[in-house]
Amino acid sequence: MTDVSIKISHKSYLSPDAEEQKTVIKNLDISLKSGEFVCLVGPSGCGKTTLLNTLSGLDKKYQGSINFGENDIQANIGYVFQNPRLLPWRTVRENLALATNASDDVLEPLLELMKLTDVQNSYPEQLSLGMSRRVAIIRAFAVDPELLLMDEPFVSLDPPTARQVRQLLIELWTNRPHTILFVTHNLREAIALADRLIFLSASPMSVVTEIPVPIARNQRLNESEIESFRAKIFSDFPEIASLV
Amino acid sequence: MDTSLHPQKLSVLSVLIFFGLWQSLAMLIHSNTFPLPIVVLDVLWQEISNGQLPYHLGITLIRLAISFTISMIIGCAIGILLGQYKQLNAFFDNWLVIFLNIPALVTIILCYVWFGLIETAAILAVVINKVPNVVVTIREGARTLDQDLMEMADCYRFGKWKTFLHVVWPQLHPFVMAAARSGLALIWKIILVVELLGRSNGMGYQLHLFFQLFDVASILAYTIAFVSVIQIIELFILKPLDQKALRWRR
Repeated sequence: MTDVSIKISHKSYLSPDAEEQKTVIKNLDISLKSGEFVCLVGPSGCGKTTLLNTLSGLDKKYQGSINFGENDIQANIGYVFQNPRLLPWRTVRENLALATNASDDVLEPLLELMKLTDVQNSYPEQLSLGMSRRVAIIRAFAVDPELLLMDEPFVSLDPPTARQVRQLLIELWTNRPHTILFVTHNLREAIALADRLIFLSASPMSVVTEIPVPIARNQRLNESEIESFRAKIFSDFPEIASLV
Repeated sequence: MDTSLHPQKLSVLSVLIFFGLWQSLAMLIHSNTFPLPIVVLDVLWQEISNGQLPYHLGITLIRLAISFTISMIIGCAIGILLGQYKQLNAFFDNWLVIFLNIPALVTIILCYVWFGLIETAAILAVVINKVPNVVVTIREGARTLDQDLMEMADCYRFGKWKTFLHVVWPQLHPFVMAAARSGLALIWKIILVVELLGRSNGMGYQLHLFFQLFDVASILAYTIAFVSVIQIIELFILKPLDQKALRWRR
């Protein structure tokens, strides 16, 4: 694994209605340490998904550089989209094998860890949303990515299921540490997961502030710890209240 | 009390009523130009026994298979390209409209005039008639490809062939099946005209012969044989293909 450096000086797109270039990202500078879990927190529509698409190589039209260690070549990226994006006509196992080319030795422990062994031969339509999202997480981990992007992967899950999948994600990440960039607008979720929080401004997006999360990993299930740190952030950085 | 009939029983009943109506009408009209079903079935059996029907039906089915395969391959390829590339579609859209509106008879006559009364001209005439229909159907499918899945394939580096096989083709399946079904129905009708105008064998040639003799019983016997074969293709090839491809649906 390598450190990741993201410097995007300018990213815009042609707005379909206004027929003019709209600047989405301006002077964005983010560095990720190898194996770090970083949450990006910002208001809806600020350009978080655009940033992830840029990092994943899906969108190549930007000014700036994205470096993985010494290289500026496209690294191996895992991407957990907002929707699981599984092929409905392939079973869970086939979806994983197609996307990752991973061997059984890699996939089976992952399926077991995410409690999906029993449904590996089911089709996505036969799974609950929570299960589908777990499959999408396995897919991203199985490519052994140098950077793992997660775009609000627990949105629209009910709170108990979201909590369960978050817990499984942390177990997986502890077992197989990867550098993760996790997008959310849920500050409690971000505190529960991240080593460091990066707050982003509204469009055009740039970094407002970065805050390390000092809560020990074994204390992250303690909701009072999460709440007290959340209150501390709002008191120390009042400008953040408008971003979450 | 539930008085509704099982669909299969209903289907058998409808066929029996059809033949009953035919029998009644034929008895009422009492003419050689409207034979009784039993007469047609007798002719059908004789034609099968003397080998004439299997020979001509076989020839027509070979022509159908060749022209159907060529039309589907070319039509699918062009349809996908036009559905995916807007500029290409804008350029060729008018061509498509022109080819869709050229009467089948014109294409057949032109092919025979330009290339002679040969097998290639017959196949080409059918293909030219069918390809635009396939293109239009497949183009609609290619326009509605799920971009989220395409992005997923791109992000996970599927590559072009894997993306086509596992992401694009399954999405096009309903459109391909629709094009195949309408294609079969259209192609066999065109083939009969092609054979009638310029071949010395096949169902169309035979029907032309029977027409000259006013032999309606033979015309109906050949029609029953051909419709039966098309039904068998639907039941034993197209439906199983459909079921296999859509097994993932709840």
